[in-house]
Amino acid sequence: MRRKSALAGAATAALALVLSACGGGGGGTQQPAQSASGAAAQPAADAALTQVYNPSTKKGGTLKAAHSSDWDSLDPGDTYYGYSFNFGRFYWRTLTMYKPGPGAEGNTVIPDLAESLGEPSADGKTWTYKIKSGLKFEDGTPITSKDVAYAVARSFDKETFPHGPSYLNELLDWPKDFKGVYKTPDADYSSAIETPDDQTIVFHLKNPFASMDYVVQMPMTAPVPKDKDTGAKYREKVVSSGPYKFETNEIGKRFTLVRNDQWDPATDPNRPALPDRIEVQLNVNADDLDNQLIAGDIHLDIPGTGLQPAALGKVLPDPAMKARTDNPVIPRLWYISVIPDNPPLDNVECRKAVMFAADRVANQTAYGGPVAGGDIATNVMPPPIVGQEKFDLYQTPENKGDVEKAKQALTACGQADGFETTMVYRADRPREKALAEAMQQALAKANIKLNLKGFPASSYFSDYAGNVEYVKKNNIGLAGHGWGSDWPDGYGFMQAIVDSRTIRDAGNYNLSVKSDKVDGLIDQASAELDATARAKLWVEVDKAVMEDASLLPVVWAKALLMRGQGVTNIAYNEGQSMYDYILLGVE
Amino acid sequence: MSFLDVKDLKIHFPTDDGLVRSVDGLTFSLERGRTLGIVGESGSGKSVTSLGILGLHKGGRAQISGEIWLDDEELVAMSAEQVRRLRGKKMAMIFQDPLSSMHPYYSVGHQIIEAYRIHHDVSKQVARKHAIDLLGRVGIPEPARRVDSYPHEFSGGMRQRAMIAMALSCDPELLIADEPTTALDVTVQAQILDLMRDLQREFNSALIIITHDLGVVAELSDDILVMYAGKCVEYGKADDIFYQPEHPYTWGLLGSMPRLDREPTERLLPIKGSPPSLINVPPGCAFHPRCPYAERTEGRASTEVPDLAPTERGHLVRCHMPRTERRALWENEIKPVLETQ
Amino acid sequence: MLTYIIRRFIGAIAMLIVISMVTFGIFFVVPQWAGSTPESLASRYVGRAATEETVALVAERLGFNDPVIVQYGRFLKGIFLGAEYDYGAGVEHCPAPCLGYSFISGQPVWPDLIDRMPVTFSLAIGAAILWVVAGVSVGVISALRRGSFFDRLSMGTALAGVSLPIFFTGMVSLVVFSYGLGWTPPGGSWTDFTENPAQWAYNLLLPWITLAFLFAATYARLTRAGMLDTMGEDYIRTARAKGLRERDVVVKHGLRAALTPILTLFGIDFGLLIGGAILTETTYTLPGLGQFAILAIRNQDLPQVMGVVLFAASFVVVASLIVDLLYAWVDPRVRLS
Repeated sequence: MRRKSALAGAATAALALVLSACGGGGGGTQQPAQSASGAAAQPAADAALTQVYNPSTKKGGTLKAAHSSDWDSLDPGDTYYGYSFNFGRFYWRTLTMYKPGPGAEGNTVIPDLAESLGEPSADGKTWTYKIKSGLKFEDGTPITSKDVAYAVARSFDKETFPHGPSYLNELLDWPKDFKGVYKTPDADYSSAIETPDDQTIVFHLKNPFASMDYVVQMPMTAPVPKDKDTGAKYREKVVSSGPYKFETNEIGKRFTLVRNDQWDPATDPNRPALPDRIEVQLNVNADDLDNQLIAGDIHLDIPGTGLQPAALGKVLPDPAMKARTDNPVIPRLWYISVIPDNPPLDNVECRKAVMFAADRVANQTAYGGPVAGGDIATNVMPPPIVGQEKFDLYQTPENKGDVEKAKQALTACGQADGFETTMVYRADRPREKALAEAMQQALAKANIKLNLKGFPASSYFSDYAGNVEYVKKNNIGLAGHGWGSDWPDGYGFMQAIVDSRTIRDAGNYNLSVKSDKVDGLIDQASAELDATARAKLWVEVDKAVMEDASLLPVVWAKALLMRGQGVTNIAYNEGQSMYDYILLGVE
Repeated sequence: MSFLDVKDLKIHFPTDDGLVRSVDGLTFSLERGRTLGIVGESGSGKSVTSLGILGLHKGGRAQISGEIWLDDEELVAMSAEQVRRLRGKKMAMIFQDPLSSMHPYYSVGHQIIEAYRIHHDVSKQVARKHAIDLLGRVGIPEPARRVDSYPHEFSGGMRQRAMIAMALSCDPELLIADEPTTALDVTVQAQILDLMRDLQREFNSALIIITHDLGVVAELSDDILVMYAGKCVEYGKADDIFYQPEHPYTWGLLGSMPRLDREPTERLLPIKGSPPSLINVPPGCAFHPRCPYAERTEGRASTEVPDLAPTERGHLVRCHMPRTERRALWENEIKPVLETQ
Repeated sequence: MLTYIIRRFIGAIAMLIVISMVTFGIFFVVPQWAGSTPESLASRYVGRAATEETVALVAERLGFNDPVIVQYGRFLKGIFLGAEYDYGAGVEHCPAPCLGYSFISGQPVWPDLIDRMPVTFSLAIGAAILWVVAGVSVGVISALRRGSFFDRLSMGTALAGVSLPIFFTGMVSLVVFSYGLGWTPPGGSWTDFTENPAQWAYNLLLPWITLAFLFAATYARLTRAGMLDTMGEDYIRTARAKGLRERDVVVKHGLRAALTPILTLFGIDFGLLIGGAILTETTYTLPGLGQFAILAIRNQDLPQVMGVVLFAASFVVVASLIVDLLYAWVDPRVRLS
């Protein structure tokens, strides 16, 4: 029955592909998704946003997942993708984790390896975690706090592990001569991490820092047994601390996870571990992946960024298929850097002219419209960020730009006749190209002539938009960008894109926000241990950035996610900003 | 009935531009051991005739009518498969330009062996011995070694000998040689012609030599048939054609015969113009637009197709001019010019 | 003959060296004109928001601080003498021919290429058989029945085959036959021949047909034109005059000659395909050399790009050498000198 309706859906898809679609209707209209508890799940759009869709406790089966590209690394110390953090929890456990499941609670952090959340010292510079007892690696050896400490210390070596986040490199008080556990094997790094006993781990920070519980949910704290560590080759055989372990791993092609019999569910109330087996295929043709997801040949699209444009054209007009989708706002901002390096954009009034001249509706359309693209962004932090406040310093009628205000700003800037500048964008991203063209049209109305230059995404940051010298030499005024948060608070979202002290010669995501006021507020917010006060301070940072007019928000991104056929226990988790992978099961 | 009897043979090809009358009512006969020369310019229908006798137009678009009797069997009405069985065995053909007529990818021996084994169920070894034997008989030195050579490794004369060996592989009773010497230089021409005469005597086969050059058939032929625009214009004993020719076209051919004592390009009695299109054959006598004597026919040349009329000794001529006038022209005007020096 | 082959090999090696230098140049020299630095190159291979120290470490590790000529020398040295790879917890020796390690995954390139070769070879061999058989027979029949309904239909289809790109025919065939009708497996299905030959063939069926369709079209048109030419040759008339059966005339005399130019084309096509059927492998997610090549280029993973380019070029060189030798064997007029 299910297979049949899947076929009907695929047939519709096929027709749509061939005839380039002529409206909705048809297709499989009913697909009784039985859960183990017997309650029927009615497919409806956004059904997994606020509750668990098709809940189940049934174990067994194989979860088939596919990825249109590849992991940066499967090594917990060398990975920095949201889906990797999400999926990795199948085979690793960290000190803390996002609370699994739907709704706003998904943004909160709960203990995982640790018995409770971290205990900060009064000055906010020392954080102590106690880990549970009875934890074991897949080979049966007990997991101690020393394994966590070793994992953090090894991830310090950025030559061996260049991909992972460097938060702990920056935050912890490492000894001056420490170069990682391979190059300086005998170094004493107790100034950064201490393990007074097998259950306790103490982090010593350089400066007070409030969001430590968010940082230690990242996989740098996933324990690594020292005697099994093979450096850059560890990715080939990661030793599991979670409910699944690697059966096979063909890098760049596929890997398989099977149950880890050393994992004790009693120590882990958060992972239902429903499937017996998880198969992941890598580098799958992205359009084909969507088709397989629609047809039911695979259960899960790993990257979790939503359907491809080709599939959107098939899914959106078809009510039956649309009922299988969720359309959350994700903590990702698409924006344009307004770079103050070259005159006249070094004058804040000229930057404000850009803010007023921009046609936000046209920009939203360029980014795919309200469903596939996102909501019009008026400030930096997207709504899913804890404590976010929406405000708008540059209101224009119907969000379509205000030529008069733009011209007033130009006059204030001393450029009453307008000026000329260049916008760079990633040429292989059609949406960013459309955005650049929309900006060109809108700014032209205010006599700002915009030249467009597209570059390949792979060298965009290293050689062009993120390269200080290039930007200065080539009179680059605007640059298309996007940013997703590492964790859903102000620091996690904003630090990397508005703190001017992170700017280096090349590879920058932020070249435009260079404000002492912003930097000062960031320091203040980072050190604030009171969550409510901290959130307010981050809103202040947001406001300071918008006043500086060096960042033009475009959309707060939305993703159109599709629930796999025959998948149980699906819920969108705000912390992961994807479906919560560790909850999933198969019928 | 003769060994070969061709009666009113017509071979027409329908095309988008109209009907091509390549052969249009040809009649002749030939006995074993005798040689017929068919002479004409290119496009006169002589090659089409020879391919028609071999049945190579069957199954194509050609419309064939008339009768071809070979050793009491009629070939026109016969099925393609039956004719195929005769082809290469009872009748064989020697083509002009053996470089293009032999397959470049197969050795000479292979091609002879193939021809032999089509009609004889023998092993490759036996056929190979036969091929070496044949190559020896046609005068190829070291035949046992040359049998494995490829056509491009032979000289022009050697290739023609090999071609002859291939045609003779099944002892054909009728042998048709289409321009067998055209591609060869003069001394080699003579050798090949000698070879063919010797072989004909040895095998006692009927031989048809097709050529545009009367010189080639002068010594070999018993009879000569002159073709123009798909029709026979003069047919008779070789001596009659050479010494008592009566058709102005034949005179022209005689005049353009190459001789050792002249520059090859020099023509004594050039034939004006070029052969007619076989789709739009001129009305009346097909030769009349090129004939210097057309006005002597009181206008019949362009309106009335002349009959192929007998003179004496089976000598046939297709011409409107009165016989006496033709004889007088030959004796008084043409012959003296041809015999100068 | 032997000297000919040796000379061809020397020429081939020279060509491979030039190719490797050009690839190296595109990767290092061209970005330098645009103002790239060791750090800007290295920042392609780090995680997002990496710090300056990370970038500097990676630049040093990947050797970007050395002059390009030194880096190129190191690459050549790896091929002939092998190389050392420091993976942090130890050092690994990579024996010659060592094409280096991926800038991104740290995997050695050579074993990856060898590992992926069977996929591409399976794809190429099956498709080649299909397209040669189908293309040549359709071409022959079309030539023999020139102007017939069959001729017009097949030549029309062939035109479509040549003009439709694989990623279109591939996606449509998957949606219809795999997800719609369920006759064929979904994209990404691959089983090794040694594991299960039947499954191997079943998984490859759709890619074979799609790829063969593209090539068969060209071969049909070429065979048709070649047959029309050769069947008008004098030696065909000779063969018929010998009393040869028409079937033998067509196959032994006509086709034999018409196939020679097709053989040349086939050698090049097959050589290129063995080097990686990029579009087919990408469309059907087959883990072969073509997919490897496209991923390597997308990720700007130089060692992988160099490896797959040289690998593919070697196949083309070897294929064209084999074709030349075969050519001499097929056509005795061709002399190797």
